[in-house]
Amino acid sequence: MHRTGELYGQFKTLEQQKDSANLGMWIFLVTEVMFFGGIMLVYTLNRHVYFPAFAMGSNTLSLKLGGINTLVLLASSFTMAMAVWSAQVGKKQLISMFLVLTVLLGFVFFGIKYVEYAQKFHHHLVPGRSFDIFYCSNHPDKCGDISAEEMEVERDLLNKTVALDPDLNAHAQLYYSAYFGMTGLHALHMIIGAGLLFWLLKNSLTGIYTPQWNTPVDTVGLYWHFVDIVWIYLFPLLYLIDRHK
Amino acid sequence: MTMAPQLPEKHYLNETYGIRSWLLTTDHKRIALLYLFSVTLFFFIGGFFAMMIRLHLLTPSGYLLSADAYNRMFTMHGVAMIFFFLIPSIPAVLGNFLVPLMIGAKDLAFPRINLLSWYVYVVGAVFTLYSMVNGGLDTGWTFYTPLSTVYSNSAVAPAVVGVFITGFSSILTGLNFLVTIHTMRAPGMTWFRLPLFIWAHYATSVVMILGTPVIAITLGLAAMERLFGLGFFNPALGGDPILFQHLFWFYSHPAVYIMILPAMGVISELIATFARKKIFGYHFVAAASLAIAVIGFLVWAHHMFVTGQSTYAALVFSFLTFLVAIPSAVKVFNWTATLFGGSISFDTPMLYGLGFIGLFLIGGLTGLFLGSLGTDIHIHDTYFVVAHFHYIMVGGAIMGYLGGLHFWWPKITGRMYSEWLARLAAVVLFVGFNLTFFPQFVLGYLGMPRRYHVYPPEFQVYNVMSTAGASILAIGYLLPMIYLTYAAFYGKVAGSNPWPATGLEWQTASPPPTENFHVTPTVTWEAYDFHNRPELGLEVPGGAAHAPAHGDD
Repeated sequence: MHRTGELYGQFKTLEQQKDSANLGMWIFLVTEVMFFGGIMLVYTLNRHVYFPAFAMGSNTLSLKLGGINTLVLLASSFTMAMAVWSAQVGKKQLISMFLVLTVLLGFVFFGIKYVEYAQKFHHHLVPGRSFDIFYCSNHPDKCGDISAEEMEVERDLLNKTVALDPDLNAHAQLYYSAYFGMTGLHALHMIIGAGLLFWLLKNSLTGIYTPQWNTPVDTVGLYWHFVDIVWIYLFPLLYLIDRHK
Repeated sequence: MTMAPQLPEKHYLNETYGIRSWLLTTDHKRIALLYLFSVTLFFFIGGFFAMMIRLHLLTPSGYLLSADAYNRMFTMHGVAMIFFFLIPSIPAVLGNFLVPLMIGAKDLAFPRINLLSWYVYVVGAVFTLYSMVNGGLDTGWTFYTPLSTVYSNSAVAPAVVGVFITGFSSILTGLNFLVTIHTMRAPGMTWFRLPLFIWAHYATSVVMILGTPVIAITLGLAAMERLFGLGFFNPALGGDPILFQHLFWFYSHPAVYIMILPAMGVISELIATFARKKIFGYHFVAAASLAIAVIGFLVWAHHMFVTGQSTYAALVFSFLTFLVAIPSAVKVFNWTATLFGGSISFDTPMLYGLGFIGLFLIGGLTGLFLGSLGTDIHIHDTYFVVAHFHYIMVGGAIMGYLGGLHFWWPKITGRMYSEWLARLAAVVLFVGFNLTFFPQFVLGYLGMPRRYHVYPPEFQVYNVMSTAGASILAIGYLLPMIYLTYAAFYGKVAGSNPWPATGLEWQTASPPPTENFHVTPTVTWEAYDFHNRPELGLEVPGGAAHAPAHGDD
């Protein structure tokens, strides 16, 4: 087994090793683009076909929570970039500090996601047998976290939408399938990213990353930025389009 | 070469012993052999299902299998052969073994990821095997919805999960090859000195990287639909089955190029070596590989001409389908031109190479009938399609695979196989193959539908011919499995360059040492440059190089 920081046997120079790792991660990210692209295509096509139902779906998502999550992830990309910079200038304690911040921000994201998912679960908006887009509107007492004012807006929108699309429930379920599919896939990638960050943190505490060799920090940084960019696509696609004031 | 060659004392096969040294290896050559074992296993499995199909089709009313059982046979034949044999075969066996050797590197860029790719393949295979022993699946290898996601009573979910997982094996292999070819070429190995085998694998890797993730998400969504009732592909829930077809074919068409491009790479090596001449139009052949990879992404809906899609869209896809045939034709012309004026010998690998050119030509041309809108209406979903793709995948890809296995067997094992037996097997294969699949062109044209367990009685004679051919084909496949295995242990020692051929892989011992080259080579010659390589021992009196005598048996 090779110790981190050494030249691996198949490479001739450290430069070649670094170039290979970098190219490898970029190619992997291309595969991720094709992967997420597929489900985004499915979402986009269905949004076009079932416009009213999907607009309704978007309006049930919390702009506040989604917006905070967006800022959280952008901040985490910043702290990740700072970790890479710290490695490049040799400030070893800063590497660990910024990695810790990145992980913490990641956990904030998970926390907020959990709140959102839990809310969907209680409002009967998880695809399956008990899916019911009208649940909160028919049982406002069960959906206490929605204010009376918001309830009015939602009810109004529901009525308008069901007039445009009598099959609203079935088509809204498609929206939520896409919502959970896309954000779930994204969350899975973030969990993997968090795992990678812990691994980096463990290594950074031993002081092994130097300006001459910090490839893993660089490489994981690329991955983390990609996961951030996916969210930057998801947020407008799911939360922002067709919002009603 | 007056003294008989000796096996090197230490090489990659005997350097370490024990099951752990194989299952935990990071040596690309050993990983290639791990893959050889796995894909051969699946070749047997797919072959078993093929045998069931052909036996059943001996009679028009089908006495052997029920309709449901027949559906399972052709489905599992397709799944086993495509995802677990053809797609990995040349890249994972020959590519893994040869890419580092051909470019003068010690290993691939990411040896541990290489081993991971094999384990991922195995995990996916286990899921699919689980499906096969639990009743199998009956949806066709194309998994069309909503049959696969809602109505089928077969073990769809584990199979879909299995194929999903194995896709990642493909992605990891492609990633490894791309990075390796970019960053690990030996000094002097410039892009245009690379063997065409490498260009072919580069193009294949591009297709693997861009296409496989799409089938992954598609099958992922299909699995979600089957297991949790998501509705994207189910009309009853507002979904669209045609969306599934578009997503499925967006990968599965480029997938056929994953299967054929590596074989074309092998053929370039075989033709050059056994005509003792550099490939005519090297740059064009390299460019054609890339062109096939790119254009191949633009033609997927030619599998969907009868779905009711817009005629204008169909027109565009038909045009692009004709376009993608052009680079393939360029290659066939260039291989043929290479033969002209060459010093040709009919060693076994050359027999496979020549067979490939002829059979691929037929397969490719019949693809044009299918790609043309009017004629496709008549022959879509008939045995014409079945014959077309078997000519390419079996007459093309498998011939390339076997030709490559024979050509590089001395490098892999250090020993030569029996030449007369190998030539016999090649001829048996060629005869068996044509007898199996040519009648299917006739059947398709006459209107026999594919995937039906019964057929009109007037078609029986062609079906019987086809089944007879299949038995001969089976013998043709069994023979190499026996004599190649025998040769690996008891064959005559081959030496480092028995043919001789010009590639870097022949500049090191057979079998190679674990680190491939004791000293990293510096390349100063062009690819296939038989004229300027006196050390190969070929006579070049102003014309093409002459073949040395083969005294093996």
